[in-house]
Amino acid sequence: MSLEPAIEPAAPAAVGGERRDSRRARRLAVSLGAFLVTVALTFLGLLAITFFIGRVVPIDPVLAVVGDRAPQAVYERVREEMGIDRPLIVQFASYVGDVVQGDLGNSVSTQRPVVEDLARVFPATLEMATIGIIIGVLLGVPMGVWAASRQGSLLDQAIRVVGLLGYSVPAFWLGLVGLAVFYARLQWVSGPGRIDVYYDGLVPPVTGLMLVDSLLAGDTQVFMNAVQHLILPASILGFFSLAYIARMTRSFMLDQLNQEYVTTARVKGVSERAVIWRHAFRPILVPLITVIGLSYAGLLEGSVMIETVFSWPGIGNYLTNALLNADMNAVLGATLVIGAVFIGINKLSDVLYRVLDPRAR
Amino acid sequence: MTTVDWLLADSPSSRMQARLGRWYRIFRALLRNPLAVIGGIIVLALIVIAAFAPMIATHSPIAGSLSERLMPPDAQHWMGTDELGRDIWSRIVYGARITLAIVALVAVLAAPVGLLIGAISGYFGGWTDRILMGITDIFLSMPKLILALAFVAALGPGIENAIIAIAITSWPAYARIARAETLTFRNSEFIQAVQLQGASATRVIVRHILPLCSSSMIIRVTLDMAGIILTAAGLGFLGLGAQPPLPEWGAMISRGRTFILDQWWVATMPGFAIVIVSLGFCFLGDGLRDVLDPKQGGKR
Repeated sequence: MSLEPAIEPAAPAAVGGERRDSRRARRLAVSLGAFLVTVALTFLGLLAITFFIGRVVPIDPVLAVVGDRAPQAVYERVREEMGIDRPLIVQFASYVGDVVQGDLGNSVSTQRPVVEDLARVFPATLEMATIGIIIGVLLGVPMGVWAASRQGSLLDQAIRVVGLLGYSVPAFWLGLVGLAVFYARLQWVSGPGRIDVYYDGLVPPVTGLMLVDSLLAGDTQVFMNAVQHLILPASILGFFSLAYIARMTRSFMLDQLNQEYVTTARVKGVSERAVIWRHAFRPILVPLITVIGLSYAGLLEGSVMIETVFSWPGIGNYLTNALLNADMNAVLGATLVIGAVFIGINKLSDVLYRVLDPRAR
Repeated sequence: MTTVDWLLADSPSSRMQARLGRWYRIFRALLRNPLAVIGGIIVLALIVIAAFAPMIATHSPIAGSLSERLMPPDAQHWMGTDELGRDIWSRIVYGARITLAIVALVAVLAAPVGLLIGAISGYFGGWTDRILMGITDIFLSMPKLILALAFVAALGPGIENAIIAIAITSWPAYARIARAETLTFRNSEFIQAVQLQGASATRVIVRHILPLCSSSMIIRVTLDMAGIILTAAGLGFLGLGAQPPLPEWGAMISRGRTFILDQWWVATMPGFAIVIVSLGFCFLGDGLRDVLDPKQGGKR
């Protein structure tokens, strides 16, 4: 009996907690729904842009397909096949329908569906960009922290210039210079391509990632050869992400180091190393994730130029070849895929930020 | 009273004096920043070289002599010659005109459009804001270079189309900034005072909001210049920008690609030009931001 009063007031509290939980769940569902709607709208916008570029910008899309010497009959037939006579909005709807079903049309130059081509070339780009971002993070984060902890020093200035170089050096030029120095002069790395010709086709493509495939097949020779080919283009990509990551890390760190809790820690006699890594570095991990996500997506873009220089059989090379052959289906397909991956990574890092940062929850 | 005293007067007697005084203070602050000074000198040099190209170039940028093809740098040809025997230094000097033209045209096309869209979006709010910013965000979420490539592919290669494509991909960033700026003073008293005097929305935006956005716009445009130069050079490198025989730096690198292993100077020299000019704009932009926007100064 004596326990009852103690339980009595507890019960309404539990009910209140439940209500609060359900309210929180509803709010989460609403924000999730709103988020999904934005993502869907962004993808629809992306489709609208590629549709606009493919159908509206060329003065005559039919002429772009058949060429200007085609007979009238061919012209009429193609015009009907492309459905150009229908209203734009109907054309757009059928375009969206096609894309959703995974139909990006056929490539004029490879005579295959663009989707198949893209699936074949994408792993090569993914492999290079992934190694690139790893290099960028491993070097860029410590450099940023370093620069911030010695603000205004010569080292800080040097890192600032390296960061600005990342904004001012053309990627394709750095690739060429890299080839001239490290491949031709010093012979430290292998030349263009993913692998030497005589290793070509030795390992069965399972994932499409050369490093993983060669390890799966247990062929270390192929693996080493692939590494030698990959290291230069990946390092150059890594340099660009390093520049951005170091710059952002530095500014995040400076924000933290100027706060009072850091002074408190210092006054308490915490060593400088512990102040930097244990106190100030922890809170910047969350915004850093967003930065790393953004720069990973940016590397996909940067790989277009790098792949052209290194004859790397990835999506960038595919895109530039399609451009030179005026293969519009392939151009738009590649644009769409790169854009979609770009948006996807952006939104994903957005979600991660919200999940990980207690203030944004 | 000297000119400097007049410029730095605490209570300027005319609008002009106040404005000039402000610019003078910014100029003095910029001079204290070594990187900004270097950047300013580089940008100034680019303009001078572009303006006086015929006097600075030692040879013709178009005509070459085949007997002197692929010569290494020497006293005659400071940066060597290319595969048609054209002097690379002279081509780079004339190329400065193309680079400057691209940068200026993109800025002239993209910045006002972005500024206007952002200001309208921020000033009116509501559905206008939602629709305009929706479109802006879609463009912002696309990788710039890829978008420019796709536009040039559809429009056809050429320097005019490259400029249009880069401008199309550049305006959204400006719109975002202009909107953010507009929101900060949309409800302030001086705007209300103008509205009470019966000013139309057009007048408020053009006469009172746009001028206030201009300093952050100048910073952003200067910082973007490097990116614009790189994109234009990239399009030129792929053969989609300036067409031969125009001495565009990216296209020059592309032609030198075949000779990179033996005649390194053909591809390397134009690259140095791009790096120096882009770095100059970056330094200047960084310095301008430190001066014009102190609260952002410590960042980046």
